[in-house]
Amino acid sequence: MTTDIVVMRGVTRRYGRLEAVSELDLTLRAGECIGLVGHNGAGKSTLIKMMLGLVRPSVGSVLVLGEDPAAGAAARVRRELGYLPENVALHPSMTGTETLAFYARLKRQPVEANAALLERVGIAAAARRRVGTYSKGMRQRLGLAQALLGNPRALLLDEPTSGLDPALRHSFYEIIGDLRRNGAMVLLSSHALAELEGQVDRVVVMNQGRKVADGSIADLRRLASVRPKVRLRLPRAPRAVANGADCWAGWTQGAGGVMEFACDEDALSETLRGLPAAARDIEIVRPSLDDLYAAFQKGAA
Amino acid sequence: MRQTLIIAGKELRDGMRNRWVLATTVLLAALALTLAFLGAAPTGSVKVSALAVTIVSLSSLSIFLVPLIALLLSYDAIVGEVDRGTMALLLAYPVARWQVVLGKFAGHLGILGFATVIGYGIAGVALQLAGNEDPLAWVAFGAMIASSVLLGGVFISIGYLVSVLVRDRGTAGGIAIGVWLLFVLLYDMALLGVLVADQGRVVTAPVLNVLLLLNPADVYRLLNLTGTTAISGFAGVNGLGTTTGLGASTLICLLAAWMVVPLAASIALFARRQV
Repeated sequence: MTTDIVVMRGVTRRYGRLEAVSELDLTLRAGECIGLVGHNGAGKSTLIKMMLGLVRPSVGSVLVLGEDPAAGAAARVRRELGYLPENVALHPSMTGTETLAFYARLKRQPVEANAALLERVGIAAAARRRVGTYSKGMRQRLGLAQALLGNPRALLLDEPTSGLDPALRHSFYEIIGDLRRNGAMVLLSSHALAELEGQVDRVVVMNQGRKVADGSIADLRRLASVRPKVRLRLPRAPRAVANGADCWAGWTQGAGGVMEFACDEDALSETLRGLPAAARDIEIVRPSLDDLYAAFQKGAA
Repeated sequence: MRQTLIIAGKELRDGMRNRWVLATTVLLAALALTLAFLGAAPTGSVKVSALAVTIVSLSSLSIFLVPLIALLLSYDAIVGEVDRGTMALLLAYPVARWQVVLGKFAGHLGILGFATVIGYGIAGVALQLAGNEDPLAWVAFGAMIASSVLLGGVFISIGYLVSVLVRDRGTAGGIAIGVWLLFVLLYDMALLGVLVADQGRVVTAPVLNVLLLLNPADVYRLLNLTGTTAISGFAGVNGLGTTTGLGASTLICLLAAWMVVPLAASIALFARRQV
C-alpha cells in the first residue's frame, strides 16, 4: 500500500486566459496534516477540486490513491475521500439526520453510524431540525460530519474554520488531530497562516497559482529569512548608557527609549551578551506567521 | 443504479417537503373535477360518455399545464445546484454525473406522475361514482393520463437541457418560459398562419404531418384527440387523425424520442460542464 495519497506532477489549469494553477508539483502523504495557504484566488480551491476530479488539469497529471480522480474508476477513490467545500452548501429543507443519511447512502456507509458522528461534531441536539434553521457554525459542523463519513483516508477541507468562533475552531482541530493520528491525510486550506500554527505538519504557500513555499513552519522561517529582533528599553539616552559610538550601530530608536535591532539567528546570543547592564524589558521578537506569510507573498509577486 | 435511486428518492422527498407535489396535485385535481362536471354537462342529450368528453377537455388542458409544471420543476435542477454549491459536494461523492441527471429525472418524473395520476384519477373516480360507467372510456382515460405523464417527461428533459446549457438561474427560468410559449402557443399559431397564407401549395398534407411531429405538444394532441373515433368527433379533428396515418404506437415512440434525446444531450453536456 502506497503512503502517497496525492501526487501532482507539472499541473496547470487554465480558465480561458487565466492560469488558476501553474506548473505545480505536490505530494501529500498519509498521516500528514498539510496547510494550504494563499490569498483568495491563489488557486487553492482549484487545486482541491482537481484532487477531487471535479476539475481536470489542462496540463500535467493528478493521482489520488494511485488513480486519476477524474477517470472512470474515480468512484472507488471518492469513497476514500472526505471533502468540505468552502462555504458548505447543504439542502435547507432536509434535517441534519436526513442530510447525513443521504450522503452516507451515496458513500455506501451504514446509516446507523450517523448518530455517533453527529454526536462527535456536537450537533446531535439539532439533528432533527431543518438545515435551513442552522447557524453558520452548525452548518460547518454538519459539513465536517459528512466529510468524516466512512473514515476517509484523505480529507480535503477548503477553508474549514473561516467564520467560526474560537471555541468551535478548537473542537474542529481536535477532531482533525484524531483523524491524523489514525493515519489519514488532512489538507486544510486557509487564507491566514497564523491560524494554522501548531495544527499542521507542513505548509504549502500558494500565490497566483504557483507554489511559493513548501515545508514546516520552521523551514518557512528559515527560507523567508525574516530575522528576529532584539527589543529593549533604556532608562536614559543610548550614548549615556553605553560608551562608544558603534555600540548602537544598526539599532533603531523608538518612542519611550525603546531600541530595536534585527539580527541573524546565529548572532543572537552574541548580541545579547554585549548588552549594557542598564537595559530593561529585553525581549526577542520573532516574526509572526503573518510577517512570514507577507514575506512569501512579496517575494513571489 | 443504486446511486440513481438514492438521488431520485431525495428529489421526491424534496418535492413532498416544499409542497410541489401537494400544490400540483391539488391544482390538477381541481381543474379536472371542474372540467369533468361542468364540461360534461351537455352530454346528457347527445348520449356520449361523460368520461370521453372529459378526456377531450382534460387533454387540451394538459397541453398547457403539464409542460409548464414540468419546465418549472426542471429548469433549476442543474444550474440551481451548481449555483448554490451543492453540486460540487455531490459530485465529490462516488456518483457519476449521468447518475445525477438520471436520478433527478426519475425523481421529477415521479413527482409529476404522482400529481397527474392522483389529480386526474380523482376526477375519473368522481365521474364513475356519479354514474357514468363505460369501460372503453376508462381505457382511453388511462391512456390520456399515461400520455400526459409522458408529455411531462418530454418537457422535464427539455428543461434539463436548458438547465445544463446556461450559467445562471434567471436565464434558465426565462428560457424555460420561452420554450413553453414556443411549443404550446406560438408554434401552432405560426403553423395555422402559414396554412392560411399558403393555401395548400407548399404545405401539403405530408409536410403538415412532419411539421406537427416536430412539436411534442402536437404529438400529444394527435395521440389523444384522435385516439378513438368517438373522441376525435368531439375534438373537431375528425379528419386529421386519419390523414396523418400514424398509429398510436408511432406517436408514443415519437414522444419517447422527444423525452430521450434532450435527456441524453443533457447528460452528455453535463459531463463536460465546469462546476
